[in-house]
Order: sequence, then structure tokens, then C-alpha cells
Amino acid sequence: MGSVPDPKVRVSGDAAAPPPLWEETLQPGEHWSGILRRGTSLRLTALEARANVAALLYNYECLCERYNMADTLKAQHTAYLTSGYVCYSDMGRILCSITADSCGWHDTICGLSDATTVATRYGTTRFQEARNDYRKNGRDSMLNELGKYGLGRRDLIANINFFSRVTVDEAGALHFDTENCVAHDYVELRFEMHTLLVLSTCPHPLDPAIEYQPRCVQLRAWISGSAPQQDPCRQRCDENARGFRNTEMMFPP
Amino acid sequence: MSASFDHPRPAVLGPRVPVHDEVVPAGAPWIGSVLRGQVLRIVDLEGNQAVDTLFYNAHDTDEHYSAVDTIRAQGNIYLTTGTYLRSNLGASMLTITEDTCGRHDTLGGACSAESNTVRYALGKRHMHSCRDNFLLALAGYDHRLGKRDLPSNINFFMNVPVTGDGSLRFEDGISAPGRYVQLGAQMDVLVLISNCPQLNNPCNAYNPTPIQILIWAAG
Repeated sequence: MGSVPDPKVRVSGDAAAPPPLWEETLQPGEHWSGILRRGTSLRLTALEARANVAALLYNYECLCERYNMADTLKAQHTAYLTSGYVCYSDMGRILCSITADSCGWHDTICGLSDATTVATRYGTTRFQEARNDYRKNGRDSMLNELGKYGLGRRDLIANINFFSRVTVDEAGALHFDTENCVAHDYVELRFEMHTLLVLSTCPHPLDPAIEYQPRCVQLRAWISGSAPQQDPCRQRCDENARGFRNTEMMFPP
Repeated sequence: MSASFDHPRPAVLGPRVPVHDEVVPAGAPWIGSVLRGQVLRIVDLEGNQAVDTLFYNAHDTDEHYSAVDTIRAQGNIYLTTGTYLRSNLGASMLTITEDTCGRHDTLGGACSAESNTVRYALGKRHMHSCRDNFLLALAGYDHRLGKRDLPSNINFFMNVPVTGDGSLRFEDGISAPGRYVQLGAQMDVLVLISNCPQLNNPCNAYNPTPIQILIWAAG
């Protein structure tokens, strides 16, 4: 396990950045959950290269409304996520918009690592010997957080893997890009609904790294307000304009 | 399409007679069990029909089909002969043992009133959808099941190519009348099908048509 960088020297140097609501640094392999209200933005910053942040999103006001990979992809005719795209729920509404992105590609078709594959590739570890360096996996990490909200295995759905790029060739085969994420890469999410966000910093399940090496990731939230009329995500396509319309019906001005 | 269309019948599995043989009309749901060792065949009777399908562990519906686990485990987004259909817990639920279509989609999901408003127009909300089929079939089967139990599904016979630069499109189908996909069950599964009623894109060649479901007993 690599040493943890000091987050204090890694905070965005953008002098115009609004004051943070809060900041947290996720340790390598850490899982996390929290509520991001409409009008809040969150920047995820990879403090080291080759980070992965698996994410699940649910409407906090009605947890059975959740991120829908298929609706997100087909509405925007894409097989990956980057700035300008939005994350759709299964109710034709937008959970969050991707308002900035320094690395250009985030995977949402490859799912989570699990205990069996992590043990097979990297060997079994137990807390008893490894203490908090035991090798966590994406699925169990998500179950840990989901259980805190009355959710569970039933609610394991297709997730996003921020900072990871997996391309698809003509035959449909997957190819993991080990160069997609460099240190200090970031992605910004503007929440359009009150959202339960569940994160795991476990490595991407297709990362071919020989060593199990999750990375350190910083979270920084601020009040951004909701999407203006002249918003690149809203204006990206007619589908997104309708998605914002559906979302804003729930939030009268 | 003529109402008296003579559905081509696929050959029975060797000399054996199926334990279930049913034609599901265009736009209708179907729910039923397939036991471990049994063989399920879905026939695209008239060609280019999307068959939206989910599987559940029949004894614990918290375990359901998972598109991303299936894709990741085989390192490929398309489903065809040899594909293990995996659950959200990583288990192999069924295997595709025969496929006369060539490949099937699991990224395109199911249509719903809500997604139709996003994808096409607000005025499309009234149109019949796979989500409505799924919810009604689940409600009739077990009142505890609902939208929480609708993860990303399989679209048998549907063609959704992804390119190297990451674009995704719904294309004209590559199926044809009488083509089928056959699956062997590796656990007792509940099968949930919506014979897709989508009229707004080429997934059904703008003309939803019937399918046939056949089940043969274990070996």
C-alpha cells in the first residue's frame, strides 16, 4: 500500500474556487456514503495516478429511484461518461450533471470488483494479520454503505467507475486503459436532485495491476446552485433538455 | 404483417417434447420458472423483435441478473453462445448454449414511459413500455417485488453496437424470422420477459411481433 499523500497540499489551486462546504480525503480502499443536496457540487480528485472511484446514486427522497446505466447511455448515445453528460435515474430525471472533467472518460459498464476475484488475483487477506490494509473489494464495500440506508444486495445495480477508461473494440471486447488517470485528475458533479451517493475507492475490476493498490481520493463539496438555462449539460441534446424539465418539475423555483 | 402469419416452428430438441410451449404476443409480458438443468429457448418468430429479459434466483430474488457482472466476467459486451449470464453476486445463472442470431445486447436497458419522454418527446409518455410489462408481471407474481427489482436487463435479438470512440447506437436488427437463443439453467430461475412494445426506434423494426417460449425438462 503506497503512502498517503497529504491532502492539504493537493487541494485545487483555483483561486476563484468557491469556499468548500466540506472536504474529506478517502483513504485507499475506503468506502463512503453521503447526501448531496440539489444545488451542491462535488469535486472528486485523484490524489494519485490510476485511481478508481466506484459510485452508486439514489434519489434520497425515494431510494427506489436510482441511477440507470442504460437510460443514461441511450439518451446521450454514449458508452462512457465525461463533462457535458448527465447521470439519469430510472424515472427520466437527472441525478447529477458532469460539469468538469480533466481525464475525459469514466466507465459505467464494467461493474465492481468482488471478494472472489480480489482473493484470486491478489491472495486472501484478513484483518487479523493485515489490520486496515486488508484488501477490500467493490461489492462488499457497496453493501457496507447500502446497509446503512435499508438497501442491500437487491439494490446492487450498474455503477459508475470514475477515472477508469475501458474501450470496446469492433468484436465487443473490453480494453482497460492504464493511462487514463494521472495524479490530480478531477471530475465535478453538480447534483440536480437530493442524492444518496455511495463510493468505493477499490481498484477497477479490470485493472491488470500486479499489485493490489487502491488510491487516495479527495472529495470537496460546495454550493454551486442548480443548472442555469445556458448550461452545457442542459444544451448538449434535446434529450437532456427534457431530462432537466422532468427533474425541475420536482423542484419549483 | 398478416394476422394469419404462419409462425415457423423450430425443431424440437431432439425427439423430446417441450414441457412448455407458448407464443407471447407483441408487447406482452411473460413470467415463469426454469429449473436447474432445464433448457429455455426464445424464438424470434417474425424477426427483429427485442425481447427484454431479466432473471432472478427463484429462491432469493435479491439475486438478479447483472449486465455489468456478465460483461466484465467475459470481457465482452455482446452476449452469444458460451456466455455465462451472471448475477449481482457473481454466480452463473444460465449459459447460452445455442444462438442462431449471433449476438444480443445488454447495455440498452428497457423502455419506460419516463425514458420515452426523455428520448423522444414528452407526448410519448402514454405509450406502452417494457417497464409497465415488468412491473405488472412482478406485481402479479409477488407483491413484494417492484421497481427495485428492475436492474439493467438483456435485450435478446437487439443490436446496440458500441464503437471504439465510445458512441452507442440502436441499429437495425440482425435477427430474422425463426432465429432463436437457447439457454441452460444453472440454478432455479424466475424469468421475467417483456416482448418489447417500443415503436419509436428500430429495435423492433418499428413493428413489434410475437415470440415463442419453449422449455425442455432437464436431461
